[in-house]
Amino acid sequence: MSGRGSLLPVLARGASLVTLVIAWEIAARAQLVSAFLLPAASSVAERILADAASGDVVRDLFLTLYRALAGFALAAAGGVALGIAIARIATVRWFFDPLVSIGMPMPKIAFLPVFMLWFGLFDGSKILLVAFSAIFPVIVAAWSATDAVDKFLIWSARSAGAGARRLLWEIVLPAALPQILTGLQVALPITLIVTIVCEMAMGGEGLGGSIMKDMRFADSPGVFAGIVEIAVAGAILVKAMEVLRRRLLVWHQEARG
Amino acid sequence: MRMGQGSQSPPPRPSPVEGEGEVVAPSNVTPPPLRGREGWGVSRRALAALWRTAPLLLLALAWEGAPRLGLVAPSALPPLSAVLQAWTGLLLGGDLVSNGASSLVNLVVGLGGGVLAGTAAGLLMAWYAPIEIVVHPLIRCLYPLPKSALIPVLILWFGIGALSKIAAIFIGCLLPVTIAAYNGARGVDETLIWSALASGASRRRVLWEIVLPAAMPEILAGTRTALGLSFILLVSSEFLIGHTGLGYLISFLGEGGVYDAMFAGVLTVAAFGFLADRAYLALMRRLLVWRQ
Repeated sequence: MSGRGSLLPVLARGASLVTLVIAWEIAARAQLVSAFLLPAASSVAERILADAASGDVVRDLFLTLYRALAGFALAAAGGVALGIAIARIATVRWFFDPLVSIGMPMPKIAFLPVFMLWFGLFDGSKILLVAFSAIFPVIVAAWSATDAVDKFLIWSARSAGAGARRLLWEIVLPAALPQILTGLQVALPITLIVTIVCEMAMGGEGLGGSIMKDMRFADSPGVFAGIVEIAVAGAILVKAMEVLRRRLLVWHQEARG
Repeated sequence: MRMGQGSQSPPPRPSPVEGEGEVVAPSNVTPPPLRGREGWGVSRRALAALWRTAPLLLLALAWEGAPRLGLVAPSALPPLSAVLQAWTGLLLGGDLVSNGASSLVNLVVGLGGGVLAGTAAGLLMAWYAPIEIVVHPLIRCLYPLPKSALIPVLILWFGIGALSKIAAIFIGCLLPVTIAAYNGARGVDETLIWSALASGASRRRVLWEIVLPAAMPEILAGTRTALGLSFILLVSSEFLIGHTGLGYLISFLGEGGVYDAMFAGVLTVAAFGFLADRAYLALMRRLLVWRQ
């Protein structure tokens, strides 16, 4: 995105992060803040390396990403299908319109104890709660995207003899795709937030579980290392979503920017 | 809406001069049974509302019926009437009020602080290049971090009291508002700024009187995102921290196996979140009236 001519601002930006880390290290070494409250950056880095060497990070990262992505996939598939059905079928719209408009702004995380009661403490309940939390923005995006598909496009495809199925796969879905992807990009951070909270509240390892365990043992380098690891996981997911968007929308105008 | 026009105070004699653009019935044809038609309209509107909310009523009926008919175990899903009874019990017992008040205070302080600080940070970033260069990379770094991950560190720093919860909400709300204010301020029509500066306004006044109002729609939209996040973080932090708040009440009741009351608590939190969003939307529409 940034052109090659803009090296200086890039350097300046990088410098601000580097300065922050150095200031963190100095403040910790000079005991301005107790090592318990703010462990030195170097000791956090050491801890991350140690976790990586023992394989703990890989296991936790895998578990967390698995739960987040499984929930995300459920939300994506279910949300897109339901959103399109709501837009195209009057009965479905009648039934789901009030449910979606109530469910969308509701804090779904409050249902955590309900999911624990119904689906137990293990992966299943976490994945389902993640999916439940993330599905609403996808439904709304798919719904309004389908509503916004050019009517002439649909009419002309239909008069050219396209059946309902071809109409869906070849006209509606591609035309609605950009907005659906935006909905998915809104849903993705929610899946991560909820996955981490689920792991913290229900246990069962994962990055959220291990950070909570470190907190209980008052192991502050472990807590900070966990935050960095979660941030990296988040960055990977957000970046992957951007790449996916660009791949899927090669044909679309927005990719030519 | 068409009905609404008829129902406003006794209609003034429509004269052809008024009501420009719309077809006005000649005054001698004005139907006397207007009152009757209006009543019809009201009941039709009530019917439409009933039709719209029918799915919710069906769902409530299924909730009541399924456990009573033995389709699901009443321990997994207590009938709705039992849940409502438990809700009344929670309300009369004072649990709902005391925990609700604690949640509300944390939410308001965290969200309010986050919105104010985020607006200030976003505007300053857009307005002063050095601040932008220093702060922007930090924000880009912090952005993909799910803010719930910070709860353990906040517990280490602030203990298991209200401060940790407020801090979690504050940090969670900060970023969306900062980014919204930044984008809004950068999108301000530059000719407006130039002409204000050229006519002798100080940079501070331009920031306060031109950039801030112009960025307001985006700031308000960002605040709505923050409102949703604040509820997630409030409930999450109450699950994990301390012994007060609606989130704590829910998980406490769930662990104790008092499921009808637990469902009552969950419904209460869900209703709070929904109503807060609706109230905010109404407020936002009122604040942005000047834009139309």
